[in-house]
Amino acid sequence: MQKIGVFVCWCGSNIAATVDVEAVSQALAQEPGVVFSTNYQYMCSQTGQDLIRDKIKEYGLTGVVVCSCSPRMHENTFRKTCEKAGLNPYMVEIANIREQCSWIHKDKAEATEKAIILGRAAIAKVQLNAPLQAGTSPVKKRALVIGGGIAGIQTALDIADAGFQVDIVEKKPTIGGKMTQIDKTFPTLDCAACILTPKMVDCAQNENIHIYAYSEVEAVKGFVGNFKVTIRKKARFVDTTKCTGCGLCTEKCPQKKVPNEFNLGLDNRRAIYIPFAQAVPKVATIDPDYCNMLKNGKCGVCAKVCGANAIDYKQQDELIEEEYGAIVAATGFNPIDLSKFNEFGYSQSPDVVSSLEFERLMNAAGPTGGTLLRPSDGKHPHTIVFVQCVGSRCDGGEKGKPYCSKICCMYTAKHAMLCREKYPDTDVYVFYIDVRTPGKNFDEFYRRAVEEYGVHYIKGMVGKVVPENGKLKVQASDLLDNRQLHIDADMVVLAAAIEPDKSARPLATMLTASMDTNDFFTEAHPKLRPVESPTAGIFLSGACQGPKDIPETVAQAGAAASKVIGLLSKDHLLCNPCTAQPDEMMCNGCSSCEKVCPYGAITYIDKEFRGPNRTTLLRRVAQVNPAVCQGCGACTVACMSGAMDLKGFSNRQIMAEVDAICK
Amino acid sequence: MLMDTIAAISGVNPRKCMRCGKCSGSCPAYDEMEYHPHQFVSMVESGRIEELMASKGIYTCLSCFACIERCPRSVEPARLIEAVRLAVIRQQGKNHLTPEQIPQLLDEDLPQQAITSAFRKYKR
Amino acid sequence: MTYPYFPGCTLKTKGAELDACGRKAAEALGFPLEEIPDWQCCGAVYPLAKDEIATRLSSVRALAASREQGGKLVTLCSACYHVLKRVNGDMRNDDDIRRKVNNYLELELPYFGETKVLHYLEVLRDTVGWDELKKKVTKPLTGRKIGAYYGCLLLRPSRELGFDDPENPSIIEDFIRAIGAEPVIYAMRNECCGGYTTMENNTYAAKQAQKIVDNARNCGAEMLITACPLCMYNLTKNTDGSVPVKYFTELLAEALGLEEQNG
Repeated sequence: MQKIGVFVCWCGSNIAATVDVEAVSQALAQEPGVVFSTNYQYMCSQTGQDLIRDKIKEYGLTGVVVCSCSPRMHENTFRKTCEKAGLNPYMVEIANIREQCSWIHKDKAEATEKAIILGRAAIAKVQLNAPLQAGTSPVKKRALVIGGGIAGIQTALDIADAGFQVDIVEKKPTIGGKMTQIDKTFPTLDCAACILTPKMVDCAQNENIHIYAYSEVEAVKGFVGNFKVTIRKKARFVDTTKCTGCGLCTEKCPQKKVPNEFNLGLDNRRAIYIPFAQAVPKVATIDPDYCNMLKNGKCGVCAKVCGANAIDYKQQDELIEEEYGAIVAATGFNPIDLSKFNEFGYSQSPDVVSSLEFERLMNAAGPTGGTLLRPSDGKHPHTIVFVQCVGSRCDGGEKGKPYCSKICCMYTAKHAMLCREKYPDTDVYVFYIDVRTPGKNFDEFYRRAVEEYGVHYIKGMVGKVVPENGKLKVQASDLLDNRQLHIDADMVVLAAAIEPDKSARPLATMLTASMDTNDFFTEAHPKLRPVESPTAGIFLSGACQGPKDIPETVAQAGAAASKVIGLLSKDHLLCNPCTAQPDEMMCNGCSSCEKVCPYGAITYIDKEFRGPNRTTLLRRVAQVNPAVCQGCGACTVACMSGAMDLKGFSNRQIMAEVDAICK
Repeated sequence: MLMDTIAAISGVNPRKCMRCGKCSGSCPAYDEMEYHPHQFVSMVESGRIEELMASKGIYTCLSCFACIERCPRSVEPARLIEAVRLAVIRQQGKNHLTPEQIPQLLDEDLPQQAITSAFRKYKR
Repeated sequence: MTYPYFPGCTLKTKGAELDACGRKAAEALGFPLEEIPDWQCCGAVYPLAKDEIATRLSSVRALAASREQGGKLVTLCSACYHVLKRVNGDMRNDDDIRRKVNNYLELELPYFGETKVLHYLEVLRDTVGWDELKKKVTKPLTGRKIGAYYGCLLLRPSRELGFDDPENPSIIEDFIRAIGAEPVIYAMRNECCGGYTTMENNTYAAKQAQKIVDNARNCGAEMLITACPLCMYNLTKNTDGSVPVKYFTELLAEALGLEEQNG
């Protein structure tokens, strides 16, 4: 029988206001094995911890139950307290009487009763606890960054700067991401390319960074410190070691009608292409969907003109296996598909564009060479209407997103301001629901658009856009003037909501990293651990975690890098001792556990056992590698014969808890 | 009291409205109403229902459902307008259209559908 | 295959061409329509009020009757389609309405919204198919520039009707192409014609209808087609008449060469 001490925490009034803590500590004192029971205002405080330590010594406690907040908050705190008092840290159990009790109940009598039951279950479990020792595993000192936008670039640069190897995997032919498509950046209006391209070049030149462009992560195995990743390097049909990026092939290719994704389809490119002048790596790629040579073997112009002999029509995808200690998700965002917002005429008129398309129409490297011209007739627009919150802040349904996309207010102010600056003869209207500009020099920027540049900000929303006779008839509400407006516009610009890149969901599954309902990666803690995934060794950078602008992305990218550096600078990691353990005598060799193990920790061996009458039997039994096992418990549930058990969470312990609750 | 009636008839929760005004930007009958669709929502929320009941706009809503289709918050303003109209015409002697008025309004090409729907909308 | 058919009141009188041409064409295209027995008015407008039960009953009767006859119910009139489909949705999704209606009607088998409400155009698109229709056209309307007028009732609310993209529909344009004519896309094609307000205040309905006709004409439409007798009335009687309006079934019958037989 254990000698158990029970410590009930008030958590100020968080628990004590709804749970009668005195009644709980008194009731639990009556449980078998409990030799001491008390309550205290803040058990996690130094005084509270001293109390636990003193009582361990005074009563010679062999087990401790703390009734307090979630084990995610303070289990580690109390384990360390007990360890200092000479008790094995795994002899501590937490009964969560805050998140699972006081915070969700109103009736004090009910909450108190439940707190007692939860405490009783923890006591029943600790009766069966055994001391556990944590082993260690080595750390592979190399990081993987998935996504080569500004988030991934900054994270990689910071990790490399600390002296660690880092690989960037980018699915597009070049790194750079969305920022390469942006013209100017708010609120300073400096040129996006001018501040981004030096960083892209740094990545390419940094000895610690390796870029896998035009590549995708295919599979992820392992765990923190020891990930094994398969990367698919897609065939470019160009030998990147030979290609000099001269661009001759992209001028001579006869297939001229390929929608240019870099300019969002506003103009065309060739079947062999380099996305833009500053691409990194600056090598050509053949688009297999449009290349005549690849489709029907009739062409070969690029191979003929290539002086470097770099074209290889037979190139195949290549699979690369690499090991990493840490992985950073930096998969970024995209504007939503606007085809569901046809009240704004997006599908009916080429002059209704998304903000990112507008960005290309203002960009010197864009389809119009930086002169703002209407896509329909190439004429200069005189009246431009901007519509904010298109698809943001929507309630349910498939049409929009429930969240604020955060960046649209500022980039719309930027677009409106740039229009008025470059073309003072244009009338610019911005329809807004709220103008949200928290951020350094942000509100000042928006006010400048109104006060100095004369942009018409109208509180209200556009209801309908009707293309007619070369004009866009905009019907909208002006809520402050309480009237319906009818504006004949030349262009309408829609501030489309942003959403996580579609590749994020399958990646999250591979990484066993959790996501929210909008497919943004979830943080380990929304306030205190914003750049870590709850899955150990997985870190988050940029808009894959939530909408953000460039400065925020860069800050978060640096924070993620520092977390990675902290991990990679360790030689060994303490393992979780709560690992699976098979009972070989009960194992029937069915392989169910091996199939469900997400970490590949289970193998089977043929082992000799002593049979009756001095015979030997060769039986197939499961073996768990404790250095690889993460203690998820999937195998214990899958095992039909009940042979698999999890240390610290044995079947007997769980049943004892259930019995105590049902008593 | 009246607010509860409107909520029960319409099934609409006006608190979901975020004051974007897309309903009023969409409404084809905007200029025919003294209170516009977005005002309907906020006035119901703040309990100014008698004023709405006395307004002529409740008979000019076309039930074209553009506001319902486009509302980003699923508020369904047209249902609120219908509920206020019903709160009026369900009272004794408050029909907006009576059978006696019909002969002078008739036109030989007018489809039955117009008469039936007008009765359904304007009469108890 | 024969489809149970709900003509609706107006198609028996002012909208007789919509009905007559529709039936003839259906026959010719191999999906004859059979009027369901003892049908009553659909209610003309969908009751938006959650607490109105009586105004939903006649629709439910028609829907329940079609459940016994193959589980589909075809309509031609936009208003009937709108009312039947939404009431059907209520019977499927609104526990309160379903319980009250079933308690009142005391049907042999309570109705749970099992019937599938179809518009004639949906049968053309999904069962006949545009390519098949094109093959059956004997007198294609080549060169005619026709604007589809959808109005409100076929499209909105799209969450309940699921007929087509409510802001950029294509079903009538596809129909126009199938009968050999050229569709004219204009943005007002899904705006309200003025509806029932024409009864009491036709200056207002007229303003609305004229805007639609102007937009269609400016976009090059020489004719408009509709599936709604009330839209037909508003677009002809409440406008300057600069663009003629026909029922879509009239053009269908013409393209299939069925007009002469009618005399």
